[in-house]
Amino acid sequence: MTDISLAKTSARTLDEAAAARRARMHLMSSVIRYALLFAVGFLMLYPLIWLVGASFKTNSEIFSGAGFLPQSPTVEGYVQGWQTSTPYTFGRFFWNSFLIILPKVIGTAISCTMVAYAFARFDFPFKKILFGSVIAVLLLPNVVTRIPQYILFRDLGWLDSFLPLWVPSALAGDAFFVFMLVQFLRSLPTDMEEAARVDGANSLQTLVFIVVPMLGPALVSVCLFQFMWTMNDFLGPLIYISSVDKYPVSLALKLSIDTTEAFEWNRILAMSVLTITPALVVFFVAQRYFIEGISAGGRKG
Amino acid sequence: MAYVQLKNLEKVYNNTNKVVHGLSLDIKDGEFMVFVGPSGCAKSTTLRMIAGLEEITAGDIIIGDQRVNDLSPSKRQIAMVFQNYALYPHMKVRGNLSFGLRIAGRPKAEIEAAVEKVAAILEIEPLLDRLPKQLSGGQAQRVALGRALIKNPGVFLFDEPLSNLDAKLRASMRVRITDLHRQLKAEGNSPTVVYVTHDQTEAMTMGDRICVMQAGRIMQVATPKELYNAPANLFVAGFIGTPEMNLVEGAMEGGDFVVGSQRLAMGSDLSGRLSSQPADAVLGIRPQQFSLVAQGPALEAKLVHAEFMGHEVYMHADCEGRRLVSVVGAAEFEARGQSDVIRLRPDPKTLHVFDKSDGRNVSLHGGSIAA
Repeated sequence: MTDISLAKTSARTLDEAAAARRARMHLMSSVIRYALLFAVGFLMLYPLIWLVGASFKTNSEIFSGAGFLPQSPTVEGYVQGWQTSTPYTFGRFFWNSFLIILPKVIGTAISCTMVAYAFARFDFPFKKILFGSVIAVLLLPNVVTRIPQYILFRDLGWLDSFLPLWVPSALAGDAFFVFMLVQFLRSLPTDMEEAARVDGANSLQTLVFIVVPMLGPALVSVCLFQFMWTMNDFLGPLIYISSVDKYPVSLALKLSIDTTEAFEWNRILAMSVLTITPALVVFFVAQRYFIEGISAGGRKG
Repeated sequence: MAYVQLKNLEKVYNNTNKVVHGLSLDIKDGEFMVFVGPSGCAKSTTLRMIAGLEEITAGDIIIGDQRVNDLSPSKRQIAMVFQNYALYPHMKVRGNLSFGLRIAGRPKAEIEAAVEKVAAILEIEPLLDRLPKQLSGGQAQRVALGRALIKNPGVFLFDEPLSNLDAKLRASMRVRITDLHRQLKAEGNSPTVVYVTHDQTEAMTMGDRICVMQAGRIMQVATPKELYNAPANLFVAGFIGTPEMNLVEGAMEGGDFVVGSQRLAMGSDLSGRLSSQPADAVLGIRPQQFSLVAQGPALEAKLVHAEFMGHEVYMHADCEGRRLVSVVGAAEFEARGQSDVIRLRPDPKTLHVFDKSDGRNVSLHGGSIAA
């Protein structure tokens, strides 16, 4: 009896020891994995962290080391950077960016949805050729059309205005978004739309009341992409906008480099931080929908 | 409230692929018509053409005295229930039910009243403020039904509405739908129903009449009883009934049916019904119409396998290389003795003879068939 219970006890202790060892191994492997992830992640993020840190440094300190913690933090860069070397404050440039982004994003969302809906759901003459040309535009390098576009907009008298920057996009000029929405729509079942038709909705009502709500995540992605790309667009404003009072932030940042002889790096860095802030905020707010949107292409309804 | 008439209806896809071949069918006002057939027989396509969701290549559709070929679905006095419910995922049940009325711009009070009424009929009041994703299959199906009901249409179109439900729920929904139809009829507005299914149990239990289809053609339109007792052709004979009707290939020789080395006397009852005596014939015998006999005219077969179903036994037997299925009472099965060789006598009153060349039932002539 005693022997048996002893054997049992020792077997149990063996089991417990094995379990404890497994738990320890698991913990160690987790620690190592996370340490590695944090290290690589930190390395990747370091330039951004440094940017934020350096924007609070004085000019002389910026180049004295690679550390990101300012020794004597100052907001001087922000204050002076905001004033800029022009008669306008940086707020003006943000406002300009906003005036481009707002119609562009709204226009893109509306026009691309309508075009994509037509391509995905209706049969019309030359549909294949037209969709082929959308894809062709998608594959065309942007530079190729720069000069003809410039001449076109010059003849329209649109130079030095915001129009060339947002009108083409607001008329579904961005083939990428059309294509993305078409693909998303193709993955949605048509039953709901048919039910709506039986319920008496016309095509536009079906689109607005049934399709658009289902298209939500994809539309968030479209708006987000358009927002970020427009915010970061440098070449477009550079080509079409010549008056300083119409500069968007991307050009204004460059402006602060050009016009001063000795670069005030802390101002540039401070304004860079401000410039990326809206994009970051919007991205984190919309992140959930955004990921749903780009991953939902392969989803079955 | 509305009869439905199909005249030489045709559907051709891509100019080459003809899927519906000149269908003509009259569905009476207030009738429950079931389209049944194997998958790919174009029953859903036909329904969608009636709904206006699919264009018609040729022919006419008439609903309640009006040719509706070119009318949009919403102007055809129809409502449709879809196979996978097709509820609007972002609207609550209330919104789903009222969508059609809201689009039509009806006054708010009227919409509210209609929603309440339909919800009460279908017992979905507690679900009104839920989203479709919070509903079970049966609940979603009832909401889909409600969305059709609220429009008070002349014609209800059902596209395999129960095929996504489990067996038990399907049985109860089946009763619910037929009850609802009866109830509406009793209230004076008798909506016509066109119901598509591939499930013959649904077809047999629900339909006033059944339209059996195959490959875009109508095989037979008849009441469930008539389809079962007097199938017009081989296809209907094989499609309706469980277990399937035994279709034994053989030949007619001087009033006898010859299968392999066996000869089965037809008897005067059957031969009186024959409109012709095809040389190559197929004998149709329902499994339930066999009886085990010790002597007399019968088919001799070797018992291969017996399935005990409780009060009856399904016997699978081999007769001249052909599989025969027969259903006999458990007691009769036990009394047959130990031998593997069984003698099966078909009831001559319910025998069918089909012409093998065109599949026609040639035994429907003149005399009536016992029910």
